[in-house]
Amino acid sequence: MTMTVAMPGRLPRSVMPVRLAILAAVVLAMASVPLWASGGSQRLLVEFMTYVALAQLWNLMAGYAGLISIGQQAFVGLGGYTLFSLAILAGVPPLLALPVAGFVAAIVAWPTALVAFRLSGPYFAIGTWVIAEVYRLGFAQVGALGGGSGISLPVGLVKTISADRGTRDSIIYWITLAACVAVIGCIWALMRSRLGLGLAAIRDDEVAAESAGVVTRRLKLQVYVICAGVTGFLGALIFLQKLRISPEVAFSVNDWTVLVIFMVVIGGIGSIEGPLIGCLLFFVLREQFSDWGSWYMVGLGALSVATMLFARGGLWSLIAPRIGFRLFPVARAAPRRPS
Amino acid sequence: MLLEATGLGKSYGALKVVDDVSIAVDAGDALGIIGPNGAGKSTLFNLIAGSVRPNRGTIRLAGRDITALSAAARCRAGIGRSFQIPRPWVGLTVYENLLVAAEFGAGEAAAMAGSDCLAILDRLGLGHLADVPAGRLRLLERKRLELARGLATRPRVLLLDEIAGGLTDLECESLIEAIRGIRKEGVAIIWIEHVVHALFAVVDRLAVISFGAKIAEGDPQEVFASRQVQEIYLGVPA
Ligand SMILES: Nc1ncnc2c1ncn2[C@@H]1O[C@H](COP(=O)(O)OP(=O)(O)OP(=O)(O)O)[C@@H](O)[C@H]1O
Ligand SMILES: [Mg+2]
Repeated sequence: MTMTVAMPGRLPRSVMPVRLAILAAVVLAMASVPLWASGGSQRLLVEFMTYVALAQLWNLMAGYAGLISIGQQAFVGLGGYTLFSLAILAGVPPLLALPVAGFVAAIVAWPTALVAFRLSGPYFAIGTWVIAEVYRLGFAQVGALGGGSGISLPVGLVKTISADRGTRDSIIYWITLAACVAVIGCIWALMRSRLGLGLAAIRDDEVAAESAGVVTRRLKLQVYVICAGVTGFLGALIFLQKLRISPEVAFSVNDWTVLVIFMVVIGGIGSIEGPLIGCLLFFVLREQFSDWGSWYMVGLGALSVATMLFARGGLWSLIAPRIGFRLFPVARAAPRRPS
Repeated sequence: MLLEATGLGKSYGALKVVDDVSIAVDAGDALGIIGPNGAGKSTLFNLIAGSVRPNRGTIRLAGRDITALSAAARCRAGIGRSFQIPRPWVGLTVYENLLVAAEFGAGEAAAMAGSDCLAILDRLGLGHLADVPAGRLRLLERKRLELARGLATRPRVLLLDEIAGGLTDLECESLIEAIRGIRKEGVAIIWIEHVVHALFAVVDRLAVISFGAKIAEGDPQEVFASRQVQEIYLGVPA
């Protein structure tokens, strides 16, 4: 059998430093944005990076661990509400409350998983959604947090970040950039690690993975809890930027799960590049066509159906074999034989 | 005995797929299993490997009751297997398929190094495909990958489910050679196979399963020549 197609991730070793240099340059360029860009484009980029991180996390769960959740809004909302509760009820400075929000989301994810993991297949997906609805209804009952109509972050607390709006935006931009880079970097490292091997095996065939000694349940639980924690952190960051939270927005299945699934599916599930491309495409489409109103929504729907029918692996599965290059290679080459 | 399965039973609804089957092998043993299509042979493997829970019966490995353990735990305890219909991880390379098995499946035993995985691939004639995504393999290559992956978990008992079908004489010869070699290293082998001459070249005992029950076990030639087996295979009336 002769191989004519270039192997993914089989470039000469010397390519790696070049790749890392390019990635570092992109990150540095992104980091410089607050120094020259307008507030509007800065906020757009914050939203973009938040979605990149959310899409990477959803892909880690669905694309690798086989956990198709349509309830990630549970943790976005939980993170946001944790930040607002800590700030408003206990006077904790918002920036300090950010990591706490992630931590709380991870802790709550544990018992949530024990319930959701009893369900399998489509029941798991629906179960996660129902659980998120329960959280939404729960927070709507809390009068101290504005009940169903929501609450704003008091100006005094907002000013603890910085008195100046521009500086505040820049700080939130840099935190979001750091979070987004960390999420991609950690997932890339994870995929190249021993656990990543196990996750890739679960992705491709769970029964075979279990039979080869991969303790699939434990690995899935770890992925679920970690993703919930990071999603909670991102949720807190989202609402710190919005300065206002309400149950409808915080636990919106459309904003925090459906759009994310769209991006992952369009871009390509089960890789790091796929969700990234999906996010880019979504934002380009939205900026170009969103004033087409409902036609824009119809277009998005048609695009995702077309992808599912004709390119199940998403855009990346069409691109990757043609260019034979991976931005984030994870394949492990067999050791060279002594010749 | 290294592996002792006693009184295993599995029903789907009213259908008894495995009916009170007991089998045992010691280190270095090779037990062959034959039986008509749908007799319950693969299901018996699923029960032993833990992919399917038995309704009744117990499984012991080196004296320890492993009936309650998950498939992953049983693999780590030393039960390696191949699937009749190959289940490679198609997005990983052939070499990575073995790495998964080596890293996760070895349990107490030290995990195989990458070079050992490569050695297994070479031994089974898959070495030149090491860096190819497993999704590109053809059926026969996939079957060999099943065997290779089972080996990479450092099994004490290896369950092989129909891996000789469709091979040329030469390929079959080298497969027989490879399995003999594995056996010599002290691994117990239980091999379900329709290619009887390949089976007979390796095993020293033969069990026959029909309608979920074990109807005979013993010396391969004698069992195969018995009236009961000839009836099943050739339709000779009783
Ligand atoms: N999950 C299941 N649900 C219902 N019936 C099943 C299930 N799995 C297997 N069976 C039935 O159990 C019987 C035994 O199947 P099994 O695969 O064990 O047979 P086998 O002896 O391996 O056959 P073959 O030689 O064709 O591989 C078959 O009739 C099959 O249809
Ligand atoms: Mg079978």
